[in-house]
Amino acid sequence: MAAQIFSAIFVIIIGVGGCVAYFWGANKLLDLIFPSRGVSGSAAVDNLRRQGLVRPWLFVGPAMIILTIYLIYPVIETLRLSFLDRGGEHFVGFANYQWALGDHDFRNSIFNNILWLAVVPAACTFLGLIIAVLTDKIWWGTIAKSLVFLPLAISFVGASVIWKFIYEYRGEGQVQIGLLNAIIQYFGGQPQVWISLPFWNNFFLMIILIWIQTGFAMVILSSALRGIPEETLEAAVIDGANPFQIFWKIMVPQIWGTIAVVWTTITILVLKVFDIVLTMTNGQWSSQVLANLMFDWMFRGGGDFGRGATIAIIIMIAVIPIMVWNIRQANKETGGH
Amino acid sequence: MAASTGKSFASRFGVHIAVLVFVVIWTIPTLGILVSSLRDKDQIIASGWWNSFASSSQTEAGRLPAASAQTQKDGKYVIEGNVFGDGAKRDISAFGVKAAAPTQYKAGSAADLGDGVSLQVNADGSFVLSSPKAFEGDRGQRVYYASSAPPKFTTENYQNVLLSQGIGRSFMNSLTVTIPATVIPILIAAFAAYALAWMRFPGRALLIAVIIGLLVVPLQMSLIPLLKLYNGVGTFFGVPSKTYLGIWLAHTGFGLPFAIYLLRSYIAGLPREIMESARIDGASDFEIFVKIVLPLSFPVLASFAIFQFLWVWNDLLVAMVFLGTAPDQIVLTAQLNALLGSRGGNWEILTTSAFITIIVPLTVFFSLQRYFVRGLLAGSVKGG
Repeated sequence: MAAQIFSAIFVIIIGVGGCVAYFWGANKLLDLIFPSRGVSGSAAVDNLRRQGLVRPWLFVGPAMIILTIYLIYPVIETLRLSFLDRGGEHFVGFANYQWALGDHDFRNSIFNNILWLAVVPAACTFLGLIIAVLTDKIWWGTIAKSLVFLPLAISFVGASVIWKFIYEYRGEGQVQIGLLNAIIQYFGGQPQVWISLPFWNNFFLMIILIWIQTGFAMVILSSALRGIPEETLEAAVIDGANPFQIFWKIMVPQIWGTIAVVWTTITILVLKVFDIVLTMTNGQWSSQVLANLMFDWMFRGGGDFGRGATIAIIIMIAVIPIMVWNIRQANKETGGH
Repeated sequence: MAASTGKSFASRFGVHIAVLVFVVIWTIPTLGILVSSLRDKDQIIASGWWNSFASSSQTEAGRLPAASAQTQKDGKYVIEGNVFGDGAKRDISAFGVKAAAPTQYKAGSAADLGDGVSLQVNADGSFVLSSPKAFEGDRGQRVYYASSAPPKFTTENYQNVLLSQGIGRSFMNSLTVTIPATVIPILIAAFAAYALAWMRFPGRALLIAVIIGLLVVPLQMSLIPLLKLYNGVGTFFGVPSKTYLGIWLAHTGFGLPFAIYLLRSYIAGLPREIMESARIDGASDFEIFVKIVLPLSFPVLASFAIFQFLWVWNDLLVAMVFLGTAPDQIVLTAQLNALLGSRGGNWEILTTSAFITIIVPLTVFFSLQRYFVRGLLAGSVKGG
C-alpha cells in the first residue's frame, strides 16, 4: 500500500509536471525562435506577428490532440465498426442493424429507454420545480435544498446499494429489513421482490435516478425563479391571482427556457444510464436498457464489437437532435462576442 | 382580514410540512445505510434499521446438551449450562419447549415437563434441567426462547471492510485515478479556453462549435474504439493495456469538452481592459494567462475541479472498461459492484462499503457546495 501511495504521488507529479513543462517550455521555445526583445524594431514586430500565429496552436494543441483521439476518432470508428462483424474484420452491411431490430433484448431495451425518457426527465423537472418554489418561501429553505441536493454527489453504484437496501425482500413471516416492504407489511400488504417484477421494476430503478437528479433540477430552476422580476409577481398578487395561477401562469412561462435546458440535460443522462441497471438487475427481469446492453455485448463471449458499436450508434442518433439544439443555442449566445 | 391571515397561516404551515416531507424522503435512504453500517451485523438482519435504537427481540430455537452432559446432584440428574453457548449478551424474556408455544414460560420460572422433569431458563441464558431419572439418548431437549438484545453499535464493520474486503485498497486506487484525472484536464482546458476566448486565429469558431457538439456525445461512442486502440498499443509495445495512465487520459478526454466550454465562457467574460493594459505594458499572451487570467479564474477552476472530481470518483463505466479488476487497480465503485454480486445478502458489508464510497464526495460537496452550484449554473443555464 505504501508503495502504491508513493508511486501515485510520483506519477501525479510527473503527469502534472509534464503538462506544466509543456506549456512553459513550448512558450519559451517560441520566444527563442522568434525573439521580440533585444532585436531591432521591425524584426521585433515581425517576430511578434509570427508568435501570434503560432501561439494559439500551442495553447489549443494538447486539447485538440486529446479530443481527436478520445472523442472524434472514436465516433467515426464506432460508425465504421457498426458495419463490420464481431471481430471488426469483415464488412457485413446492415446485418448488425437488422439483428438489432429483431433481437428481443434490444427491443426490450428500446421500450424501457422510452419509458425512462418519458418518466425521469419529467419527474425530476417537476419535483425540482415544486421543491424550488416551496423552499424559496421558508427560512430553512437553504438547508432543505442542501439535503435534497445531496444525492447528486453520490455515485450511481452507491445509490443503487442504498436503494437495494430499501427494496430488500425477506421471505414471508420474517422480519422485513427493507423499508419499502416493512411499510407495505405494516399496512397489511404483501411484501414483494420489487426489482424482479417485470415492467414495474423499471419504475423502481427510475426512482433511483429521480432521487439523484431532482436536486440538479431544483438548483437550476431555483436560480431561474429568483431571476423573475419581483414586480411581475406583485402585480399578479394585486390582481388577485391565487398561488396556483401565479405558479402556472406567471412563473412557469418566464423560466420556460431553463426548464428546457434541465429537461434536455437529464434526457441525455437518461440515454446513457448504465450503472443503475448493471448493479440492480444487470438487465434481468426485462429491465434492460441500451447502455447496459451495449456494455454486455462489448464483453459477452469475448466481445462482439459490431453489435456493441451498433447499439452505441443508436444511442448517438437519439442524442443528435439535442446536440443540434445545443449548438444553435450556443451560437445565438456567442454571436455577439 | 382575519380570514385572510388564517388562510395564509394555514398555507404557510402547509409549505413547511410539504418541504419537510420532501427532505425526509430525500434523506432517509442515505440515513438508512449510515445507521446500518454502524450496527452489529446480527442486529441488521434481526430488525429494520429504523428500530435500531430499540432492543431487538427475536425468537430462537436451540437444543440443550445431550444426556452425556448430565451430572448427579442431590439424588437428581441435572444438566446445566447456558443456552447462549458463545456467551452473547442477550436477555431472555420467556421460553418454551414446544414450537407451537415458544414463549410458554416466563424466564426464571421452572417449567414442569412431566415425569418430574423440570427446566428452568433464567434471563441471562443459564438453564437447569433436572430429572429424578437418568437422561437417555444422544439428542438433547429442544428449547425455544424469546430474547432481546440491547441496541449495539460498533465500528467493527468499518474495520472489516477496510481491511478484509478490499475497500481500503480500492480507496487508494480511487484516489490514484481521481487526482491526476482532475488536475490534468484543468491545465489543458485552461490554456485552450484562453486561446478560444481571447486569441484570434483561423478556425476558432469551428473549434468552438465542435467542442459544444462533443459536449453531448455519449461516452458509449468512445468505448469500443478506445478499447481496441488500448489493446493494440498494449500488444505493440508489449505493455499492459489497462494502466492508470490510460484511464487518466481517458477521463481527461471525456472531461475536456465540458471543461473548455465552462472555462471559455467564464474567461471570455473577464474585462477586456485588464488584458489590453497588460498587453500595452508588453506582457505576452503566456504572461497574461499565467499572471492575470489564471488567478482571476479561480472560482470557475474550482467549480470544474469539483465536477471532474465527483464524476471520476463516482464513475463505474470507464473504470470497468479501462482498468483491471485485480486488487491493485480496482476502484471503489467497481469493488462495490463486485461486492453486490458476491456479498449480496451481507448488508453489514454492503452498507458500510457504500458509505465509505460516498463519504469523500459528500465531504467535497458540503465543503465546496458554493463552487459546485456556481459551476452547475454556469454549465447549463448558459445554453438556455
